[in-house]
Amino acid sequence: MVVKAEKISRTFLRNKAGTNFFYAVQSTDFQAESGEFIEIVGKSGSGKSTFLNMLAGLLTPTEGKVYIGNTDLYLSEDGERSQFRNENIGVIPQGQTGLLSLTVLENVLLPSKIYGKCDGEKIVRAEELLKAVGLYDLKDVYPNELSGGEMRRMAIARALIMQPSVILADEPTGDLDEENTALVMSLLKNAAKGGATVIMVTHDKDALSYADKVYSMSGGVLSEKTA
Amino acid sequence: MNFFAELSLKNLKRKPLRTFALSALVALLSFVLFGGTILVTSLKNGLDSYSARLGADVVVVPYAARSEGQFEDVLLQGIPGNFYMSSSKIDKIANVEGVDKLSPQFFLASTSASCCSASVQIIGFDPDTDFSVLPWVNRKYGGSIGDGDIVVGSEISVTTSGKLKFYNVECNVVATLERTGTGLDTAVYANMNTIKQMAKNAKELGFTFLDGVNVDKSVSAVMIKVKSGYDAESVAAQINMAVTGIRSGSSTSYVSGVAGGLDNVSGIIGALSVMIWVLSVVILGVSLFAICNERGKEFAVLRAMGASKKSLYKLIIVEISILSAVGASVGVILSGAFILPFGAIIRRSLQMPYLVPEWWQLALFAVAAVVISVLTGVIASLFSVKKLSKNDAGLMLREDA
Repeated sequence: MVVKAEKISRTFLRNKAGTNFFYAVQSTDFQAESGEFIEIVGKSGSGKSTFLNMLAGLLTPTEGKVYIGNTDLYLSEDGERSQFRNENIGVIPQGQTGLLSLTVLENVLLPSKIYGKCDGEKIVRAEELLKAVGLYDLKDVYPNELSGGEMRRMAIARALIMQPSVILADEPTGDLDEENTALVMSLLKNAAKGGATVIMVTHDKDALSYADKVYSMSGGVLSEKTA
Repeated sequence: MNFFAELSLKNLKRKPLRTFALSALVALLSFVLFGGTILVTSLKNGLDSYSARLGADVVVVPYAARSEGQFEDVLLQGIPGNFYMSSSKIDKIANVEGVDKLSPQFFLASTSASCCSASVQIIGFDPDTDFSVLPWVNRKYGGSIGDGDIVVGSEISVTTSGKLKFYNVECNVVATLERTGTGLDTAVYANMNTIKQMAKNAKELGFTFLDGVNVDKSVSAVMIKVKSGYDAESVAAQINMAVTGIRSGSSTSYVSGVAGGLDNVSGIIGALSVMIWVLSVVILGVSLFAICNERGKEFAVLRAMGASKKSLYKLIIVEISILSAVGASVGVILSGAFILPFGAIIRRSLQMPYLVPEWWQLALFAVAAVVISVLTGVIASLFSVKKLSKNDAGLMLREDA
């Protein structure tokens, strides 16, 4: 699915009472085609995560439009947009994002459960994904028993459970060693080969070699890096 | 089970201490609401019953019996009493303008000695003139109250033989009256011949409380019905002026003291309930707000996975509803267990008539207490829901990253 941003920007107030706002993301045009694997690099606070969250439908842009396929993401109501995200976008948020009340397997199945689509097929897929990320033996434990890297791999399996057309990953290899980084990157690369549009924000220089295109974000301005 | 209900249960189980603390607060609220409602309703029922059982517009008793509160002690607390005045006063009372009907009663306290089955208040009445006792007796027993027959209050235990003995007069128990929640539940009713035989036997047995009392020419109280168009207070005042050595009072004057007490108790319970309700809303609201802040990342992750804002509100509301329903049910059960078995003690402590409502009313109060408590939890959660509705999930992810 094509991911397209038309002149999206996002401002934040520095203090609540004043008018002193800043641009986290400057007016940006962006497009990613189906099957493309795009990485966005940049310093902390450069606006990468804000940009990604806008593409995911999780943060309303101050200006501009986001299209996923033919869908104008922010034109629809929250309920409709949320269901669209559930069915089409696999989000890997930054940090540790396991729900502590659910087991590893339940966490992976979470997106399928939200709209009651968890069936035997999904359970089999979840188990396959857990095998692929090396967590099958830990499927019945709770996230607080996992290491940071294991938790991150669980989040990746969770993002892939619905076989999304778009994958948006925010620092997915942040806590991973070299071996696990390679594992995660190959999973994402395979998803792209399967037709998914993969957009990933990263600091990891080793991960850059997997990308079809690399963008850099600096001071809220996105620019394509040439090889 | 719906996923969000399942997730709510799992969240509650994961934090047992937090769940227990919040449930305990709701339990306290429902305890006070249910318990307070039982107390106030029981007292109100008692007052209604007391007022109805008095059955007369005006009651005349010996002066000392009224000033020392003996008559009220008999009615309210079932403390047996013996007080008498000359039956000659009946004619004088009958001559007062406005008096329509009157019927004397004779009171006799039995003892725990071997001559008596139990220490209770025996009330003798005249079936030919009575208008205050028979209407209640007739609800349970349609026959006449002959010599040696007695009707007993609901709290009097009757042996399998159906006989009770008072001052060596063996009596047939012909009926047990409905519960009134007043001292009359421990009273025994007999006709004048029967009670006067008991009194004579008591004298012969050497009991001194009848010293100087001519049993045949004495009564303890005179129940009066006033003529239509006459004010009971005025008639009572006229009687007080016309007859010496007695104290006449309208039924309202007997009830007003109790009603005042009921107002006080209701006021205290009402204020306590409001206070605990406000406290519950504030504490639950602040706690849930803090908990929702702490769970910001969890909510943001759910949003990232495709959960709508509405489903997150549902998650919060289902969690608080489960927690409140459990807490409220426990509070209602504890409240019932603490209050219902101790009606007699409460009546004695408050010195007021106390009649517990019917089971279906109790069930209704219990449901209402649970519903109000659950709604309180839901209202308290609205602060958190409001905050959640304002935030973009992307911002929540950013704050907690």
